[in-house]
This record gives sequence, C-alpha cells and structure tokens, in this order.
Amino acid sequence: MAAITALDPGRDRFCLYYRNFAAALACGFTPEELMLAAFARAADPSSGGRQTPGNFGSRRRGVIIGSSTVGPQIPKAAGIGLALKWRGEGSLCYVSFGEGATSQGDFHEGLNFAAIHQCPVIFFCENNHWAISVPQRLQVAGPGVAERAAAYGIPGVRVRGDDFFAVHQAVQEAAVRARSGEGPTLIEAEVLRLQSHSTDDDQRAYRDAAELAAEAARDPIPRMREALTKRGWLNDEDDAALREEVNREVERATDAAEASPDPDPSTLGRHVYADV
Amino acid sequence: MPMSDRTLVQAVRDALYEEMERDDRVCVLGQDVGLKGGVFKATEGLQQRFGAQRVLDMPLAESSIAAVAQGLALEGLLPVAEMQFADYSYPAFNQIVNEIAKVRYRSNGDFSCPLVIRAPTGGGVRGALYHSQSPEAFYCHVPGLKVVLPSTPADAKGLLKAAIRDPDPVIFLEPKKLYRAERQDVADGEAAVRPLGSATVVREGVDLTAVTYGYMRAVTAQAAARLSQDGIEVEVIDLRTLRPWDIETCVRSIEKTGRVAVVYEANRTGGFGAEIAAELAERCFASLDAPVSRIASPDVPAMPFSPSLEHAFMLNPDKVADGLRRVARY
Repeated sequence: MAAITALDPGRDRFCLYYRNFAAALACGFTPEELMLAAFARAADPSSGGRQTPGNFGSRRRGVIIGSSTVGPQIPKAAGIGLALKWRGEGSLCYVSFGEGATSQGDFHEGLNFAAIHQCPVIFFCENNHWAISVPQRLQVAGPGVAERAAAYGIPGVRVRGDDFFAVHQAVQEAAVRARSGEGPTLIEAEVLRLQSHSTDDDQRAYRDAAELAAEAARDPIPRMREALTKRGWLNDEDDAALREEVNREVERATDAAEASPDPDPSTLGRHVYADV
Repeated sequence: MPMSDRTLVQAVRDALYEEMERDDRVCVLGQDVGLKGGVFKATEGLQQRFGAQRVLDMPLAESSIAAVAQGLALEGLLPVAEMQFADYSYPAFNQIVNEIAKVRYRSNGDFSCPLVIRAPTGGGVRGALYHSQSPEAFYCHVPGLKVVLPSTPADAKGLLKAAIRDPDPVIFLEPKKLYRAERQDVADGEAAVRPLGSATVVREGVDLTAVTYGYMRAVTAQAAARLSQDGIEVEVIDLRTLRPWDIETCVRSIEKTGRVAVVYEANRTGGFGAEIAAELAERCFASLDAPVSRIASPDVPAMPFSPSLEHAFMLNPDKVADGLRRVARY
C-alpha cells in the first residue's frame, strides 16, 4: 500500500505477486473483486475464476496478469520497462516478490537486463525472512537482498517494511530516478510475517516464540494508528468508525461475491487462442 | 510475381526484413542477432537497416530472452526472439510454458502475448548432444502455443510471416540441416504468406501414406522414390505446422492408401509423431490395412558427436525405406 500510493496507477505498470492483496487494492481493485477471485466466480476480473486468488491482472489498470511460479515476473518487468523506455512517456514498471524469489535465476537475469538498458523498473522485494519454513540464512547468501543491487551497478535500498512512510519515500525516490531516465532501483523492504504461510502451515512449529511475540509488537497497523493520532489526523472515534466501515465493506463484498455465479462449464475451452 | 532465389536461412531473413518494413511494431531480439547477424546469419543486415533498438543483442540468458520478449508483447510490440539453438530453449521453458502460453487463458482473454520464438532445430550437422535436439514435442504439448516446423525456403518465409502476424505465441523451429541445403524461388511480399495449420502433399501415391515434417520431408521423399522403383507408391505429406496440425489432409490420404507411417527425427518415445500416430489410428481405424507405424530416432539421450554415432542415430533414406516397406508389406 505504501509503495503503490507513491506511484501512478493508470499510468504505470504493476507486476504484482500473489501475496499483494493490499497492493491490488491500491491499484484499484475493489474488495468485492478480490472476494470474487477468492470464490473463483465468473466475474473475477483477473481470471474469471481460473487462477487461485492473488494472481491479479487488469489491463485497464495496468496490472499485468500474474501466475503462481516464483520469480518469472522479474525479467518480464524488465521487458515491460524496456518498452516503456522506448515509448518515452515517463511511466515505469513496479515489480514485487519475496526474498525466496531472489534465489531464482530470473531475479538475476531481470536485474541484469534492466540495469544494462537502464529500464524504468522498481524491483520491490518484500523480505519477511521466511520462505514458508526456510529462513533467510539458508536462502540468501551475503548480508541481504539490497546489497545484490551493487553487482548490477544500480541503487539498492533497505527500508523497514513496517514503516509506511519510509517505504513510501523509498519508492518515491526510485520513481523519480526511473521517470527521469536514471534506470532501475532495487528496494528491500524488511517486513513481518505475523501469520503462518498458509492455513496449512503453523509457523509456531519452526519459529521461535519470542521472535513471533517481538514481531507482533511491531504490527504496522497499530503503529500507523499511533502515527496518525500523533499528527492529529485520527481520533479514537474516527478509528472506530473506520474499522466498522471496513468490516461492513468486507462483509458486503463477501456476501456479494458468494452470491455471484460460478463460471459456466461450457467456457472451459475459451481463450486458449485468439479464435476460441 | 516477383521472386527471389533463396536458401531456407535467407528466406527466414527475408521474412523478418519484410515484416519489419511492413510493421514498425516488429522487433528482433536474441544472442548475436545484431552486430553479427545471427550465428546462422538469419538476421544478417537487420540491425544496419533497422537499428540497435529494433534488433537487440541480448545477454546470454534464455529465460530473460523469452521474458523480455513477453514484456514487449504485453506492451503492444511484435517481438521475434531467437534462441540460438532449440536445445538452449530449456532454460526459458518456464517462461514459455507457464507464462507466455498461458497469458491469454489465465487472464480470461484480458491479455494476449503475440510473439514468435525462432530456434534452429534438429541434427545431422555434427552438432552433437547440445546442438542437434528436436524438442518440438515439449512445445506441441502446450495449449496456447502454436508450433511451426517448415522444410523449404518458401514455407519458411511464408509461415514465418504468418507467425509474426498471428495473435498468439508461435514456436518456430527451423531445421538447421536445411538452412543452406537447397535454393528455391521464393515470392516477395504479400504473395509469400502461407497460412499456419496447412499440410502439403509432397508426393502422391496410392499404396501407403508417410506423414512427416522438417528435415525428414526430404529423407522420406528419397525413400519414397526408391520404393517407387519396386512399384510401391508412397504419398508423402509434410505437415509444416505441428500445432495445430492438418489432420484432415492425412485422413483423406489414409482413406485412399489404407496404410500410414509417421516419420520424425526426434526420439521415438513421446515424440510428436506418437501423437500423430495415435490420432490417426483413432480417426482412420476402419480404413487401415496395417498398424500405424512410427519411424523415428532411437531413445538415446541425444545425438552423439562422433560421425559413426551420429550416422547410427540419424534416420536416412535407407532406414526410412526399410520402415516404409514393412508397412507396405504388412
């Protein structure tokens, strides 16, 4: 959310990955649209119920359709960035991924290509230090992800991912560089994993209880409330009203999506090729 | 009609040149395609004519060649990517199979990815294990891809022009042994275009149908000429496009001959010829006087370097003639 609001949905391109629900909302997807995907309904705007939820796509919003393999969007974003550079209108491509994806060859190929051609791309790594159960020390050699930018001669920036304002600023600075022809930036946002990888996973089995408690204390949502309250932009009453409004909207979106029809089985073979 | 005398590789280059002239969205990318004009000269002179942006030398990283082509296609360009050898397309396999092929389907038609990936394919040029493979079956297995494998200069040019204009991703495999094997009069411009998905009857016959493609077209035609001397007339069909393939032309021929062999250069097991054989057995059962037969390369990992081993691996007119005779005499 902090990253996308520093950019220009409608003008920029977004290669989101399958954890980016908040980013998708920031790109213009509605809660109901996200729930339509969760229920795999025909009206799911990303894929009409074909993909697992989280593979966002919308041509009119500039959100490039995702997939479920790890990392292929990274060199693809470099290619999109090349086309945007050729077009010369100052738009950029934002691509996000977890730290696990930085082990893939596609990560290095994408950074290398984008750096060679100074493509307007923001590589945004959400590093929660765990790829399911594999910790960063068994995943990422060297000090971290941001340092890898040096190998490609591009800026590498590490920010606290739970600090909305720090992330926003880092992305804003990267956007200025991209739009002015100064090429790509790699941002490593160190984020928390407050919950298990999936409903099938219980991270208490492999993560230290003290570490989990420390992360819970850094939950960015209460910290955002604090920051807004301190600036006088939010009081307890507004906060309660906002929460109630969000809950109502989630309930409404869930009900509407659940009531929406499934894809017609006769459409199974559509859109394999242009003519079918 | 204006014509030019061309080898297959020159015809490929002409198709690229003409399509780049015709439509400024068409661009070429790959290793050594620019300054050098391609290791087989398939892109010779293109960078001088169209510049280093539209004819882009890529890093030696096949996955990003496919991925960058995809990114360009998603932004409305019509990229033609070159994989230096089909053997080296495997590092790009995830990009091709999971990304490019499925863009249209997984977005429910919101996105499309019109691009061409060209690659020299097949053996017989002392290329050994990693410059000789015939990987068409991998790509034919994938809904969302089209696969073309021409065998003459005119087909190469006409089908490549059609592939570049096609709204879906096309894997375009060029038999490297045929790059300079023959010259042919090839039409210039629009008259050259040939539609995807259409087979051609290379030689007519009444006793036996041989379905083939790529370099095996010429080998099968030579074998058919030998059988003709013994009074066995083989109808030879060159598929030209493998996905979609022209089933009807094959069925019509088998209804006439009652016998069919599929001749292909790839490893026998799971080769695309196995799919052709299965489909034709199902469609033509009532017309058949003999089992559907496959004549293919042995199931060894790849083509060896040593001339004696390469010769042992490759199909040739003798081996194909033997296989065809067995079907004719069954």
